[in-house]
Amino acid sequence: MSRVTIIVLCVLAAGCGKEQAVQGLSADDVAFQKTLQEKFLDAKPGTVIEIPAGKHALDRVLTLRANGVTIRGAGSDKSILSFKNEISGPEGMLVYASDFTIEHLAIEDSKGDGLKINDGENITIRDVRVEWTGGPKTTNGAYGIYPVKSKNVLIEDSASIGASDAGIYVGQSQNVIVRRNRAEKNVAGIEIENTIGADVYENTATGNTGGILVFNMPNLPQPGQSTRVYNNKSYENNLANFAAKGAAVASVPAGSGVVINSNPKVEVFDNDIADNKTANLIISSYFSTNYYNTKGVDANYNPYPRAIFVYGNRFKGGGDSPDGLDLKTLKTAMFGINGHFPDVLWDGYVDSKTLVNGLPPAAERICVQNGDSEVLNADGPNKFKNPKVDKSYFQCDLPKLAAIELPHS
Amino acid sequence: MSLSWARLLCICSGALALIACGRTPQPVHFFADGRPPKLSDWQVVYADGGKLALNKGVIPYDLNTPLFSDYAHKLRTVWMPGGTAAKYVADESFDFPVGTIITKTFYYPLPQGAARDAKSVARTYDQSRDFAHDGGGAEALNLANVHLIETRVLVRRAKGWEAFPYVWNASQTEAELARTGDALALELVSDDGAREAFTYVVPNENQCAGCHVVDLKTKAIAPIGAKARHLNRDYDYSTGSENQLVHWTKLGILTGAPDAANAPRNANWRDPQQPVDTRARAYLDVNCGHCHNAKGPANTTALDLTAFAESDRHVGVCKPPVAAGRGTGDHIFDIVPGKPADSILPYRMQSNEEGVMMPEQGRSTTHREGVHLIEQWISAMSGACNSLS
Repeated sequence: MSRVTIIVLCVLAAGCGKEQAVQGLSADDVAFQKTLQEKFLDAKPGTVIEIPAGKHALDRVLTLRANGVTIRGAGSDKSILSFKNEISGPEGMLVYASDFTIEHLAIEDSKGDGLKINDGENITIRDVRVEWTGGPKTTNGAYGIYPVKSKNVLIEDSASIGASDAGIYVGQSQNVIVRRNRAEKNVAGIEIENTIGADVYENTATGNTGGILVFNMPNLPQPGQSTRVYNNKSYENNLANFAAKGAAVASVPAGSGVVINSNPKVEVFDNDIADNKTANLIISSYFSTNYYNTKGVDANYNPYPRAIFVYGNRFKGGGDSPDGLDLKTLKTAMFGINGHFPDVLWDGYVDSKTLVNGLPPAAERICVQNGDSEVLNADGPNKFKNPKVDKSYFQCDLPKLAAIELPHS
Repeated sequence: MSLSWARLLCICSGALALIACGRTPQPVHFFADGRPPKLSDWQVVYADGGKLALNKGVIPYDLNTPLFSDYAHKLRTVWMPGGTAAKYVADESFDFPVGTIITKTFYYPLPQGAARDAKSVARTYDQSRDFAHDGGGAEALNLANVHLIETRVLVRRAKGWEAFPYVWNASQTEAELARTGDALALELVSDDGAREAFTYVVPNENQCAGCHVVDLKTKAIAPIGAKARHLNRDYDYSTGSENQLVHWTKLGILTGAPDAANAPRNANWRDPQQPVDTRARAYLDVNCGHCHNAKGPANTTALDLTAFAESDRHVGVCKPPVAAGRGTGDHIFDIVPGKPADSILPYRMQSNEEGVMMPEQGRSTTHREGVHLIEQWISAMSGACNSLS
């Protein structure tokens, strides 16, 4: 038998491979996805994967494991990766890599998180739009743009729309800048969680349940601290909370402009915060989330917000129609049907073990030096029995936090 | 890669019976690099004469409690180059020598009494029809009774482990490399004839790493099943039944193993003689522990489901979720003692919905019996998660 004959026979035999289309995608999309998946598999340091303009339907998560890769589209309104028919994910894109840049593209309708980056260093996310196109729904994916356990992270000029938990969610990371982004119609617009060192500025959060959140969750190896929230616009975040019960942000009341929960060293300044119907700024403890219990929460977890410095913000409107029965009742009882909460709402939990003459140590106080702004101490620990509006308790100074510098930006 | 003409003939042999390719296969071929396009290139397992046969020196093995994969049955094999051996490690994967080839063939028995078609496969734990017993023992599959889906190859090269998925063709003669995975429309058929259509998803190479990278810092791929606690059980070899650790030691492919009685041993999750707690923990260990461990991709969640985790908030008791999103199913703790219906763990296990279900990949159907075991386990727990506020 000649060599040629053998090769022909082998090719015929190889034709038995099964290619069963299961659902959804056109032949062009199937071919596009296969080529793109191969690029993700073959990527190595220096690889640039271009996403051409157009709406590309995929049914499987794009996973990247090589460092030093750039993924680049033609614009966040032009190069669209749609995961509406996803059968294997649940993320849109999942990245386990460092020195990673993604820019100028959109990820739509993934079943889980839109873009998740786990355990990377030197991450740049620029002009990326993650969106659930059917509007806010509990069945949307949890997080839009989600770097976690990462170091040196830049998220800029990007957008998240419709996430059923947090739109831009920086978790358990270090050294982070989040700037010039847009977050709309998410439960939480932008959330900085268990992160050390974050600057959040020049973002716009509107139409979410809560605009900008700085949280510490229990049981995690890294407690967060040192976040600056400044020069942002957070307005009209009055969307009914559509998170599943038990989700981290399910306890955020609709109408929250900026929320600081259980996190130390947070500076909030120079922001425009307006027309958030529960309160423009909420400072609270993990106790107010209803998740605290001694069995399930690490005893070393510190649930108190401390070293919080609020100054120079432009507050307007808001506090006039708080979410939830407790807060509604409280508002009406204190300020009347047509009244409103003051600019800042504090749940009133303090770590009584640390108090000296009734005050937390100087370095751990909540300081509000914001013109005429007053603070409502809601007296959460006593079921709102003795709430009071105060200003003098919060007259103090804290050292200002250093700006974040990223080695790669 | 260089394939000899003889091997080319063999590759074609299954599909083209007119080419006589002898019953003595080429020796197992370790490829030090590259991606062989066909499973038979490796010469580890191959379809031959109505059987899926194992080459000489290829040892089948099984686990006390396996990972659930849409009710697929699995034939696992290990091969090491002559004169080499794995070093025993008590709690992690054994330290295998360069050249080791592990395969796992996913297949289903055909439904009882049904003619073979492209989609119908049995939903059963019964393995009695799977094997070609001509030589005795469970060392070759009977292709008259089973439907081969895919064979995953895990190979230990000088720079580390690499994973390759191969998908079997319709005529069941060869499996071809499917780097980008595949999706197959199948139907599970129960003994009573009930059918459940589902999409069987073959992972792509990066998704293989989704489970096999158990340490995010090193990013190294490692075997999951080849650990003492999974392997410490008997296997029905053609030479008779024997403990796998003992057998491997006798063969000279494992050094340093203690007596089987002194080696760790996970429970068989289906063995009603064993306590629910040890069965549940064995189930969670192998199904969840490769991500939910202190160094794994799910260490972002503070939930540790390995065999070594403390039986408290670390395995989820009264623990608020960290990043479950809508995966909570409106429940506020991973596990509420005594109340499986209020617990997130079984909720995510029973779901088939992307973004809710756990594990995130590797299944499209619900493992009913697995969910039931975890529900039993939670039902038997005492105490409550009293919120303090």
